[in-house]
Amino acid sequence: MKLTFTREDELFRDEVATWLDAHLRGDFAAIRYRGGPGDEHHFVNERKAWERKLADGRWTCIGWPEAWGGRAASIEQQVIFHEEYARAGGPGRMGHIGDTLTGPTLLAFGTKAQKEKYLPGIRAGREFWSQGYSEPGAGSDLAAIRTRAELDEATGQWRINGQKVWTSLAHESDFVFVLARVDKDSQRHHGLGFFLVALDQPGVTIRPINQLTGTAEFNEVYFDDAVCGTDDMVGAPGEGWKVAMGLLGFERGVSTLGQQMLFQTELDEIIRIARDNGAAKNPEIRQRIAEAHIGLRTMRYNSMRMLSGGEDGSLSREAMIYKLYWSSWHRNLGKLAMDVLGPEAELLEAAPYELNRLQSLFLFTRADTIYGGTNQIQRNIIAERALGMPKEPRGQGR
Amino acid sequence: MKFAFTDEQQMLQDTTNAFLSAKADSSSLRAVLASETGFDESLWQTICTDMYWQGVAVPESAGGLGLGGVELAIIAESAGEALLASPFFAVSQSVLALRECADSDAAQSLYEAILEGEIVALAGTSARADWSDVGVVAKHEAGQWVLSGESRFVPYGHAASPLLIAAQLKGSEGASQLGLFVIDAEASGVSVHRTPTMDQSRPMATVTLDAAKVDNAACLSSDAAEALDTVLAMSRILTAADQVGVAQASLDSSVAYTSERVQFDRTIASFQAIKHKAADMMLKVESARSLVYYAACIVDAWYEGSADRSTLIEASLMASACAGDAAFFNAGSGIQMHGGVGITEEYDIQLYFKRARSTESYLGRPSEMREQLAVMLLDGVDS
Repeated sequence: MKLTFTREDELFRDEVATWLDAHLRGDFAAIRYRGGPGDEHHFVNERKAWERKLADGRWTCIGWPEAWGGRAASIEQQVIFHEEYARAGGPGRMGHIGDTLTGPTLLAFGTKAQKEKYLPGIRAGREFWSQGYSEPGAGSDLAAIRTRAELDEATGQWRINGQKVWTSLAHESDFVFVLARVDKDSQRHHGLGFFLVALDQPGVTIRPINQLTGTAEFNEVYFDDAVCGTDDMVGAPGEGWKVAMGLLGFERGVSTLGQQMLFQTELDEIIRIARDNGAAKNPEIRQRIAEAHIGLRTMRYNSMRMLSGGEDGSLSREAMIYKLYWSSWHRNLGKLAMDVLGPEAELLEAAPYELNRLQSLFLFTRADTIYGGTNQIQRNIIAERALGMPKEPRGQGR
Repeated sequence: MKFAFTDEQQMLQDTTNAFLSAKADSSSLRAVLASETGFDESLWQTICTDMYWQGVAVPESAGGLGLGGVELAIIAESAGEALLASPFFAVSQSVLALRECADSDAAQSLYEAILEGEIVALAGTSARADWSDVGVVAKHEAGQWVLSGESRFVPYGHAASPLLIAAQLKGSEGASQLGLFVIDAEASGVSVHRTPTMDQSRPMATVTLDAAKVDNAACLSSDAAEALDTVLAMSRILTAADQVGVAQASLDSSVAYTSERVQFDRTIASFQAIKHKAADMMLKVESARSLVYYAACIVDAWYEGSADRSTLIEASLMASACAGDAAFFNAGSGIQMHGGVGITEEYDIQLYFKRARSTESYLGRPSEMREQLAVMLLDGVDS
């Protein structure tokens, strides 16, 4: 049992850090530490330019095979990249979904033609993706989706009708992957297809969702006879669920240590304020700051256990608790920040509703325990899959 | 990086669990808890001959296996999981103290006694968050040391022959002048009696020293303050590993029980209220396990010279706070999930609950660990 990286990995770390230090300068200095969760709507064009800069240095899609422009980086190297990226203050990645979700999905399930059509644009930091899973009636229960895809015999194209929701940055993206029902009489996870859909077309309407933060990273996406080519379905009709679930396994936690690096900067800021304003003398605040510190370190070693686990991609016990752990921790951190600030916590940066970083943290972390599987769903998953307890009974419908 | 057991460590865990399930099951435990000494002397001798746990952390040069934190934590975790009543912890703590405080010549005869299965107990660590009041004073008079005072909550003190005594050197104030002494439990001026405890699986004794005299060679260290801080940190890590075992067993037995118990025509494990509680218990135990394994790695790094004392202490505070909370939460929740039978003598969950309680306060409560961390995080010189 070891906690140290190999010498080769440490050399890789130096290479990443050196490159980032040399390039997060000049025009890109302004976007350091920007564009993370809750701040994703800022500096979009600059962050797209940054993606092209990363691509020049071969730092996009590093986990992909070399044949498709990646570095075939090991899990350890991907962890190191994310860690150094966060340490350097690298901005929120506009290319994240293409790099870590679309790409691996196409590499695993796509045709040669689909790979040739889509992978180069993602790799070059020129084409951006969003994901179309959730629907108004299909949140925690994803298999309840109703968006339909029909093959138009006349044009040979798929026609898509329906609505997706909570689509991050759809208005800044070029494509969306859409899970839709190809067999209109099918139920649940049967009869679905996985489609690659261009967003810039008459059949697609994007409406931002205004959030409690006063910002709008999420969107509703409406499909009214939106079209996509026959060749743009990944897998066969009816295999959509398999493709979608495969995609969820790809990320494998390599970004968790990078995420924790951002969390550390937030905790550091809270500690600095507590020391400055005297909150650090309060016994209750002291307990909570220590608890936050312990929690962050717990996440680190949970991640390292997770990343040291089997290569088969199956989720270990540590992996199953990860989402529940970090989301609850982060939400509590937001409240701790407010309690450290006291009455000052109320004061906005500016009217009408410009939040400072900690206010944004406090409000936006209420989403953390909801998206990507609510805490309640996470507890069901832990109880059923890790502890072997009985599955939830299905309702009989209304 | 491989933050997972090596093949050898995995084998140690497997053989430890197999041994415990064969030799220290729940029914034999009841008899042990009711016995006068509170442990099974013959089982300890079997452990010493067949498993060699007493030699795991003894340096190779002294005839031991020369292993470190991870191996001790593996055994301690399994011991907690099995509710093992055994001097393993007490003896390990003494080995750790000898490694930190004594020079190898002075330690050699004690190592030999330990390897032969004798129980050596360390007095002075327990029931406190630091060394500010060890309860024993050592005075140098007429070419020898005179020890007076009382050391409470000494694990297996009543079963030990040599005792290691942490004592404040006469004339010094605070924790800066601590010494470590060895004294025979039968020596004049030494009296030891077992103090009956609510948790019977970890028997304790009080050691009283009434002007007990030892020669200069019995003073293993006259400047042991920092070394004893290290020993305390390591003891906390071992205790935390025990707590992980308690937390895991509490979860497992609760899942098993609720999966059998039927009410309203369904197993109660099918209720979300139960499932979500079990999920929270798993979150607690896996988190504590991650911190304990980390801390155990830091013990090894300390021995290799690649971790400093404050890193070790920080690791021990985190592991102790997290595992102490996890054990108590899981055992307490476990009783609730067992319903009525949870409060009966027949079911083991009450024994885990008692062990969770005793270990929680044994080397400082979780809130005290967090306060010590807060000092490190908040009260230092501004960087």
